[in-house]
Order: sequence, then structure tokens, then C-alpha cells
Amino acid sequence: MDTLLAIRARGITKCFGDVVALDGIDLDVAQGQIHGLVGPNGAGKTTLLGLLLGLAVADSGSLEILGTPVRRALAAPDGVAGFVDGPGLYPSLTARQNLAALAALRGGDAWTAGIDDVLEQVGLTDVADDRTHGFSLGMRQRLGLAAALLTQPRLLVLDEPSNGLDPAGKRHVHRVLTRLAADGTSVVLSSHRMDDVEALCSEVTIVATGRIVFSGPLSKLAAENRELDYRLLTSDPQAARRLAADTAGIGVVDDAGARNDAEVLVVRALVPALDELVVRLVHAGIAVRELAPVVSPLEAAYLALTEQPLIEQLEASR
Amino acid sequence: MTATIVHDRATGARRVPVARSYRFELVKLVSQWRIRLLVLACWIAPALFVAAVSQQSSLPVDTLFGRWMHATGWAGPLVMLGFAGTWALPLVTSVVAGDVFAAEDRLGTWRHLLVAVRSPRRIFVAKALASLTVILLLVAGLAISSTAGGVVAVGNQPLVGLDGHLLTPADAAGRVLLAWVCVLAPTLALAAIGLLGSVALGRSPMGLLLPALVALALQLAQMLPLPIAVRLALPGYAFIAWNGLFTSPAQLGPLLIGIVVSLVWAVTATALAYLLFLRRDFTNLTYDGSARRAVTAGVLPLGGLLAVTIAVVAVATGATDSGIEQDKVQRSVATAFAHLYRIQTKQLNRPDVTEAQLEASAACNKGGGQIAAQGPGNDWRCVVSWHLPDVEAVGTAIYQLDITADGRYVADGDGPKEVNGYFLVRTPIGDAPNPLWQFDGNADLLPTTPPPKG
Repeated sequence: MDTLLAIRARGITKCFGDVVALDGIDLDVAQGQIHGLVGPNGAGKTTLLGLLLGLAVADSGSLEILGTPVRRALAAPDGVAGFVDGPGLYPSLTARQNLAALAALRGGDAWTAGIDDVLEQVGLTDVADDRTHGFSLGMRQRLGLAAALLTQPRLLVLDEPSNGLDPAGKRHVHRVLTRLAADGTSVVLSSHRMDDVEALCSEVTIVATGRIVFSGPLSKLAAENRELDYRLLTSDPQAARRLAADTAGIGVVDDAGARNDAEVLVVRALVPALDELVVRLVHAGIAVRELAPVVSPLEAAYLALTEQPLIEQLEASR
Repeated sequence: MTATIVHDRATGARRVPVARSYRFELVKLVSQWRIRLLVLACWIAPALFVAAVSQQSSLPVDTLFGRWMHATGWAGPLVMLGFAGTWALPLVTSVVAGDVFAAEDRLGTWRHLLVAVRSPRRIFVAKALASLTVILLLVAGLAISSTAGGVVAVGNQPLVGLDGHLLTPADAAGRVLLAWVCVLAPTLALAAIGLLGSVALGRSPMGLLLPALVALALQLAQMLPLPIAVRLALPGYAFIAWNGLFTSPAQLGPLLIGIVVSLVWAVTATALAYLLFLRRDFTNLTYDGSARRAVTAGVLPLGGLLAVTIAVVAVATGATDSGIEQDKVQRSVATAFAHLYRIQTKQLNRPDVTEAQLEASAACNKGGGQIAAQGPGNDWRCVVSWHLPDVEAVGTAIYQLDITADGRYVADGDGPKEVNGYFLVRTPIGDAPNPLWQFDGNADLLPTTPPPKG
């Protein structure tokens, strides 16, 4: 199967003095894909996003963005937009003026005509003529996204785009990103919000201490991962507990009562064992009302992969 | 899985033209409330100040041309120019040029700007041009507003120059304009120092304060009894040297040297700021400047420039002492007295005499003749002598002089009362200010040859 790549990075290394920020990073991001980048603070996410935006150049390795080799700083091709460490806004200008200034700088009249549209897309039409001085973090994030959209990007690079967003704002942003991806725009976003990454991203890359410890589809991450805790709510908790205890590969987490009410059973299992438990519950006439991981697969994988020693992480990612 | 790179619509990085970037920087500058306030202040306050002061009974006689604010509207912009050189222009350059780069540090917008423009070189050029534009707008406001205030409030009368000669309104207008143009050179030097501070010191408030602090240091240095070569080599000397435009002949030597030195400083400091900016690491959001880099790329090169300039000026002019010498002072006082005597003669409705007929001369000493008659001080004393046609007696008048290190002096009449001992003279139309009672003068600090008589 041919896959069109928006980003192709091979062996990217970037050092700041004695600090190795990125160490042999390989990354493929397909066209029209929303790709999540997660990792602990200081893992190298922002450095990697900065390379994608062209803010810096790798010390070694090769990077191709939208088919164009990037060999020096500020040479990312047209069609790349986004922000790292928060959007750059000028507080003395209104939201509309910020976008108009950017449009005048980069795109001219064609972009200026799109200002109202992008403001509407991110839900900022009502405050378009307010100075950004008084904007909340969430509003600033949305305006930063609007600024990126104004450029009609083919690769969107976003650092923590959900920071400070309320549920409505988050919905706006998710809707925009999903539509962009559907239209063929590639999105690379970093986030500490695993629910966001899981909701938006088809593939994820986990970075720790400058190295990739996992990269691939979320489903693969869940399958490769260790056992997860699942929250199980049934019509007969006592019978369900007995069945779970009798099912191979299922462990009942005894301290569940401290975290949940008495009706809820917490079991620890791999996916195949969990499937078997569900079948047995149904055969026993016990209704399954809720079955969900206590901690999301991504978060569990993230914690497992980033809290282990590096060698173990690398082995786990294979 | 076979990977294929997208090639269809990919294009290389497109940089933003400098003109667009310049416009963007201008929009950002003029959207700031403090810049708007400054523009308003510079375009309105000088007119109000000059008009108000011109109507007061007490004039700012400590400021050059302040004593003539009642007499002509052209004194107002020159009083404002003196004030601007001391306070307004350093502050303007601080607020505009001293903050133009640091503002991006404060707002955390460097990455946004770099991604948008994609060329640090173009960003630098656009920021420098935008701040230059705003500074020019502010200087123009100071000049035009103060001129309008003076001419409207007082009128378009002749201006008495620093050697007492009378400039026609047209001549005064031309020289006032030229004086304001001349101070653009040291203003540019301060602006360039502001750019350098803004780049080198990042978010640190020292970057913002640097032009004002440098201007203050330069003013303090000008108050010290420094050798003339050092004085001329300082980049702020043109803030003083424009005085030379208001003598006849004009004292162009110090002014031209001051302008050239200021422009060299402006170019050097801008070039240093440019090099420093291109070497900056924009990936560090908490950048607050590097003290080591500020010293090696800022202080040391400019210190070297100062040393070289001093040496060049000393060799080129041969001036190594204070430049204030007895014969220059005597010549200056006698010339001014002769010109002002004619004005007084006209006030008193007496028959006109020419400077040549007066044959005015001055005998000056310092410290009562106990010390060498050279250098600044308030212990200079001059006896001026003059002749009148068909009168055998020689007139004499005494002046106490306070000469500052930059060559400017105030001559205070010490009698006789009917010539220069009282601040008013009784004219046929009533009492009028006595032009010979106190006057400002300016001794040329560079070696000069006496002008031909007559």
C-alpha cells in the first residue's frame, strides 16, 4: 500500500550544548493523518515540533516536509503552519487585527478574505474585535489555531492545542482538526491530555529522553501493552466477580472499593482474556452495563514506557 | 508499506518581502498605547509649551534662545531643541528603538514571527526601519509643533543669533530647520544604541533604558573639562554643536565633526545589533540576553570606536586642550557686543552705526588675572571697548562671563547702567528688554583664524 508522507524524518539528532534533545528520531506522518506526539516534560517534543516548523535545523539526519528536504533553519516549505510554546499574538491588536496583520504579511488579499471564516471555525466571531490583551489561554489557543488555518496549511504543527480550552472550545478545536484531516491536511500535535490524543489521533509517537519509544497506531499500542485495569459494571456484581475470578487471564483488583463504589468491579487483563470474560458474563445472563479502561490504553502505555529504564522501553516498543 | 513523499503541491520556503514586514512592524508599533501617547505628546505639547512660555513674564533664560522667546516665534523651536537634545530625544529613542526587539521577547512571539517571515535578516531590517520611521515622526512632531506654537503665539520676527547678529525670519526658519535636521544624527546614534541594547539584553529593562542612560552619560561627560578631541568624539556632541549654526560665520567645523561621529556610531551600533541578532538562539524562550555577548559584541567594539575617533579627531584638528582660549573669548564677546549694540541703538532711536565703525574689542581675563585665561569657568571678566563716529571718547562696559566646558557662555552686564547694567532700556515707546544686559554666546572650540575686520 502506498502512503503519501507529509513528514519523513530519519535519524534526526539535535543537541543544545551538552544536552542531547533528540537522538536518532525516525518519524513518518502520512498525508491527512492526525499524529499525536506525547512524552514527559523535557522529552524533546517541542524541539521536534520546532524542527518541523523550521525554527531550527537538525545536527544530523534527514528531514523531508511536504516532499521538500529541509536542510537549514527557516526553510520549511510553504504549507506548514502552527505554533510551539503557545501561539504568538500581539495584545495591543484585536483578534481580527492579529489575523489581518498576518494575512498582510504572508498572503495578501486572498488570506484577508478568509479571516471571518477562520474566526467562525474556532468560535471566536463574537470577540473578533476585542483586543487579545484580555483573552483567556483557551481563547489564545483558538486564535493561534485560526492564524494557522488562515495560511491554508497542508501540515499543521500544534503544541498543546487543548491547553486552557473549556469543553465547548475543545469541541470546536477537535471539529476543526478532524475536518482538516479529512480534507487531506496532516496534523502533528503534542499534548499531555491523553483523552485528546486518543480522541483525535490515528497514530501516536511516544518520546522519552530524546528517543522514540513507540510509534504507530493507537490500536497497536494497546495490543502491545501490558495488562490494563478495566472498570466493569454489571447487573449482578457478585456473580460477575465470581466469574472473573474463574476466568483465565483475569485478575480482580481488590482495592477497587477504595476507588469505586461497591457495584463496580475492577479487573486486570489483556484484551483476549477480557473478551472471554464478556462472553462468559453474557452466557451467564449477566448484563454488561459498562466496560471501560480505568486508565486509557495510551496513558497506561505512556506511563509504562516512559517510567521504565530506557533499555526496557526500547525492548517494549519492538 | 511503501512510503511516498508528497510532491504535487510542495513549494520551497517563501520569504516575506521587507516592505510587508516593515508594514507589519509599523502596525505593531503604532498599536501600542505608549507610542500613540508619544505621538500625541510630540505633536501637541511643544506647541502648547512654547505658546504658553512665550506669554509668561519670566522666560527660560537658562536655555539657549530662551531669553528671545518674547521677541520672535523662531526662538521657541530652538528652546525645544535644547530640551529635546537633553531629555525628549533620548527618551523617545529608548521607548521606540530600545523596545522594538525586547517586545517580542516579552510577548513570546519570536517563533511566530520567524515562522511567518522566515528571515531574521528581514525581520531586523523591518524593525530597524519601522522604529526609524516612528522616531522621525516624533522628531518631526517636536520640530513642527514647537515652530507652529512659537510663530502663532509670538510672530514671524527676526531672530538674534548667538553672536548678536540679526537673522531675517526666512534665514531663521532655514537655520531652525537645519538645526533640527542636524540633531537627527545623534538621535540616530542613540536609536542604534537602543537597537543594540534591545537585541543584546532581551527582556531585561536595561535594554529599554540604555539610550537614556547613554545620553545621560554623554551629557555628564560634556559637563566635564575634557579635551576638545574627546568632546567631539562623543556621539552626542551634535546635540550641542547645532548652536554653531546661529553665529556668523557659522561654526560648522564642530557641527560637521559631531554629525559624522554620530553617523559612524549609528552605523556601527546598528551593524553590531544586526550581527548579534543573527547569532541569537530563538529556541530559548527565556532568553534574557547574554552579559558576555553584550560586552564582547557591544561595549568593547563601541569602546574601541570611541578610542579610534578620539585619535582621529585629535590628529585631524590638532585640538587637544579645552578649546576655550582668551583670544577666542575676546573675539566672540566683542563681536556679539557690536551686533547687540546696534540693536540697542535702534531701540533707542539713535543714529545707526555699523560694526566696523564701532571697532569693538574685548579684554578678558580669568580669575582676576591670577590664572591663565583659558578653560571653562564662571570667573571670566571682560572689558569691552568701542568707538562711536565723531566721538573721541572710548566707551567701555564690563561683563562677567560664565563659560561652560562646551564653549557656551552667558555674559552678564556689569555696567555702566545705561549701557549694560540694567535689564531694561528706556525707549521712545516705553521700557524694553536691554539686549546688552545679558546675552548668550558661543566660543568656537576648534582652532580658528580671526575673521577679517569689517
